[in-house]
Amino acid sequence: MQVEVDESKCIAAGQCVLSAPEVFDQRDEDGIVVLLAERPGAELHDVVREAAGLCPAAAIRLAELVEG
Amino acid sequence: MSRILVVGASAAGLAAVETLRREGYDGTVTLVGDESHAFYDRPPLSKQILASQWEPGKLALRPPADLDALGLDLRLGTAATRLDLAGRTVHLADGTELPYDGLIVATGVRPRRLPGEGAHVLRTLGDALVLRDRLRRGSRLAVVGAGFLGSEAAAVARGLGAEVVLVEPAPVPLAHAVGAEVGRVLTQAHLDHGVDLRTGVAVVEAGAGGVRLADGELIDADEVLVAVGSVPNTDWLQGSGLTVADGLVCDEFSAAAPGVYGAGDVARWHNPLFGVEMRIEHRTNAAEQGMAAARNLLRPEARKPFAPVPYFWSDQYDMKIQAYGYLRGHDEVTVVDGDLTAGRFVAAYRTGDHLAGALAVGMPPKVLMSWRRMVAARAAWSDAVPSTASVVA
Repeated sequence: MQVEVDESKCIAAGQCVLSAPEVFDQRDEDGIVVLLAERPGAELHDVVREAAGLCPAAAIRLAELVEG
Repeated sequence: MSRILVVGASAAGLAAVETLRREGYDGTVTLVGDESHAFYDRPPLSKQILASQWEPGKLALRPPADLDALGLDLRLGTAATRLDLAGRTVHLADGTELPYDGLIVATGVRPRRLPGEGAHVLRTLGDALVLRDRLRRGSRLAVVGAGFLGSEAAAVARGLGAEVVLVEPAPVPLAHAVGAEVGRVLTQAHLDHGVDLRTGVAVVEAGAGGVRLADGELIDADEVLVAVGSVPNTDWLQGSGLTVADGLVCDEFSAAAPGVYGAGDVARWHNPLFGVEMRIEHRTNAAEQGMAAARNLLRPEARKPFAPVPYFWSDQYDMKIQAYGYLRGHDEVTVVDGDLTAGRFVAAYRTGDHLAGALAVGMPPKVLMSWRRMVAARAAWSDAVPSTASVVA
C-alpha cells in the first residue's frame, strides 16, 4: 500500500491521527497532516483505510501495490 | 444478502459503499443519486470554490479509478421517489424499481428557502458556480442567515471586494449552536471586516434585487444568498412506514427498520454517548455514519452503537474554528485557554454534570485533541475544567 497526502486539501481535522497515529501526524503550528510512513506495513492497512475514509477533506489517497 | 441499495451519492453514501467493499461484501451495490455528478465534497463550496481558489475538479472525493474499483451499479441523475418497505423495493423518478436486501438512506438535506424569487442558495456545485460568477468587487451581496454557511460566504465575498450586508433573525448569530459569548466573538469578525451586520431582524421575503424585512424595510442588493438552514430529504419516505421527524429517525445502531439504515445529514439517531437524539449536518459525521451503517447492515449479529464525538470546522476570514462534541443545549461555557477578546481561545461546554464539547478559535488544532478524548470518555465537568477558569455564559 502506498499512501499519498494532499496538503492543499488538508483542513487539519486530525481524524487520520485518531485512526492511525503510526502513519499520520499533524504539524504543531497549523495541524496540517504529516505522513510518517508512505508504505505502512500490512498490519496497519485496515486503520489506514479507515483514516482515508474518515478524512473530511478527501486529502488521503491510497494506492494498493502488488506486493512481491 | 446479495443486493444492497444506497440512496444518496455524497459523502455518506460514498463512505457506505466503500465500507461495504472493504468489509468483504461482494454482492451487488446499487447507488442512486439525484445529481448527475457523484461524490464531490461540499465544504469547499462556500470557501475555495466561491473564492475561485479551486476549480470544480478538485472537489472529487475519489479519483475515477478508485470509484471504478468499487464495482458499483450507479444510477445518477434520478431521484428516489418512493420506498415500499414490505416489498423491499425503491422506486425511482425514471420509473425504475430497484429491489434490495439491505438499504442505506443517505439522501441528505436541501436548503430551506424564503418567500421570493431569484435568491441564491448554496448546497450544490451548481449553486456555488452561479453565485461565484455574480460576485464582483463593488457588487452588493445580501446574505440572509449568519450561521456557518452564511458567515463563510460573507467572509469570502468581502475578500473578493464585494459589499456585504448580513441579516440574521437572532439577536446573536450562532448563539443556539455555540453560545452567546462565542457567537459575539465570531460576529465581531464580520464587523471588523466591514460587513453591514443586522441582527434581530426578521426577513419576510428574499428575492432578486433585495431582502424585505418584517418592518417593511427593503435592503437593496445585486445578489441575495439565503442561508437559513436545511430541510432533510425525506419526502420520498412518506407513507413508507419509516418514522420521519425532522430527519429519518434511527436507533442507536443507526437503523430505521430491520435491514434499513440512515446515514449523514438526513439521519436522526440516538447517540448513546450523549444520551440524546441528534441529527448532524457536518462533513465528518457523514463519513463516520456511512461507515457505521454499512458495518451494522452487514453484521446484524455484531452490531455496534453509533456513538461518535461530533466534529466540525469553519473557516471565516483568517479564523479557523474547530469543535468537538455536542454543544447544543449546553448549560455553561467556560474559556479554558487563551482569551475571547484576543480571538484566540478554547471554550469548554458543560451539559448537566458532563463535559459536552470544546471549541477552539485561532489555536493550533492539536490543542483540541485532549478535549476530544475527555468528551469521548464522558468526563465529569468538575474533573475536566479547573474551577479557576472563567465562566462566560
